[in-house]
Amino acid sequence: MHQEYTVVEGDFVNAGKASSSVKKTLKQLNVNPQVIKRVVVALYEAEVNAIAHAYGGTVSVDIDADKIRMVVADSGPGIPDIALAMQEGYSTARPEVRDMGFGAGMGLPNMEKNVDRLNVTSEVGVGTTVEMEVNFA
Amino acid sequence: MFYHALQIDDPRCIGCSRCMKVCPTEAIRIHGGKASIQEHRCIDCGKCYEVCPAQAIAIKDDDFESFRQYPHSVALLPAVFMGQFPDDISVSRVYATLQELGFAHVMEVESAAMVYADAKNRYARENQDKLPLISSFCPAIVRLIQIKYPSLVENVMPIKVPLDLSAMYAIEELASRGIPREEIGLFYITPCAAKIAAVKAPVGEEKSLIDGVINMNLLYNRVYKKIKELGKNHQYKPQHRQRLSADAILSTLTNGERRICTAKRSYAIDGIENVMDFLDKLENDEVEGVEFLELRACDQSCAGALLSCDNRFLCGERMYTRARKAAERERNGEMPRDREMDRYKDYLIEHSLVDEVQPRSMMVLDADISKALEKMERIERMKEHLPQIDCGVCGAPTCEAFATDVVSGQANLHRCVFYRLHLEQAGKMTLSEGRSNMYSVWGDDRISGEIEI
Repeated sequence: MHQEYTVVEGDFVNAGKASSSVKKTLKQLNVNPQVIKRVVVALYEAEVNAIAHAYGGTVSVDIDADKIRMVVADSGPGIPDIALAMQEGYSTARPEVRDMGFGAGMGLPNMEKNVDRLNVTSEVGVGTTVEMEVNFA
Repeated sequence: MFYHALQIDDPRCIGCSRCMKVCPTEAIRIHGGKASIQEHRCIDCGKCYEVCPAQAIAIKDDDFESFRQYPHSVALLPAVFMGQFPDDISVSRVYATLQELGFAHVMEVESAAMVYADAKNRYARENQDKLPLISSFCPAIVRLIQIKYPSLVENVMPIKVPLDLSAMYAIEELASRGIPREEIGLFYITPCAAKIAAVKAPVGEEKSLIDGVINMNLLYNRVYKKIKELGKNHQYKPQHRQRLSADAILSTLTNGERRICTAKRSYAIDGIENVMDFLDKLENDEVEGVEFLELRACDQSCAGALLSCDNRFLCGERMYTRARKAAERERNGEMPRDREMDRYKDYLIEHSLVDEVQPRSMMVLDADISKALEKMERIERMKEHLPQIDCGVCGAPTCEAFATDVVSGQANLHRCVFYRLHLEQAGKMTLSEGRSNMYSVWGDDRISGEIEI
């Protein structure tokens, strides 16, 4: 099962569209509600990241019988130091983004907390790709 | 399988599909020219009842006269019942008229509202790990969460609602006067269908204490008629009457629970669509720091309930007026708050817990995830070809619901009028086959001949 979504830079109004759609799919598949919650929280964070910091991007989701794999790819500014970005509270968010309640530096750490596998690759000036996997059982 | 208080009355149903289009859980389909309810999806909210032009949605209440078989019949009234009557009919007169009609005792359910509030506050103190806590008050909402938001069932407070607490109180109070349980008949005057379902098939309990349920519209008519019959100069028998506090009177209206809860951040949301919007966000963890949620299926909460006889705003205003008067008496020290219930308060709170609410998800395509995935892929493929205009001519509310029905073997793809046209054009279906498909959904008497204009 493959799904794809586009997220648009600065479109906070539609943040959560992809995660809501994925949530509905997982409910239909009878996935444990607590697992669904982790998937949705992680994907929502990734969506918001792409909207707030990275000029938008694409979300592609693959679901099979035992896991979900989500790849959020953007063509944003990139992350110079991924290890630093993984620390809670570290943020490079612009003040106007922080004023909206985003950019508290909890995004990546929160994703890591909720998924079983997280892989972040980034090149400054080119973009960032966040790959996440969650096992169903 | 699941008890429902709403039923389609087949002979009356004209198969107009209005109910199908408004059902918030997509529980209604049309087949053979009649609507039918899918039991596992229905939450007894009554949206269908509101829009039915043929009065073909029946509410399964009990026989009105059945209270007479109990020497100690108790009419348990919701506070909104008093809000139905025009200003010149006082609360005292309604109480007295109910006794003229034959009820031995009259009690307002909201007399237990403050005990309910205390029980919730205590539960909240002991369950800070389950935030946000969701009120158990509205039975349609509890059922909505069970079938559509299974991840939130553990947030629903497993606490008896004022109706059950007041029933326990009535039994204890009458027992203290030496009246045995078998002589007591508890009759709830219901403002909605969901409360009937809650009495007949309670969530988190084996059996309800309530012996019968009476439709509020019906009782309103009886009381009003009796008042007119007896006339203005009738000498009513003096009767014992409870005085509700302002907080208790307001508790069934929107914000009624929220305004007296101890939570730091809370929301009161009425109207089922509004509730679903909010729960979608809540499930995604998009709402931060919320501790308590008062959620009601009806707009204006119980003032806008299905069996409310008058306009919801008129009813709400009367309740506010009554609450204002009660507040004034409280300020003047004329009325100690809920004194009668106080004797039993600790006992009631001790016995206020029910079992945890269990999920019963309607959304699952198949218990086996591989099969569910396969079905989902078939649905996606089908959706690419379906017109996506949700016309409802197939007898399902949306193209997606139709596709889901097809993969679960409940509908035939030939019910789609667009697909039929395609097949007819391609010579794969005859006109008469197409017509019989149409008739299988809508019945065979929809078009009688050519129309001249």
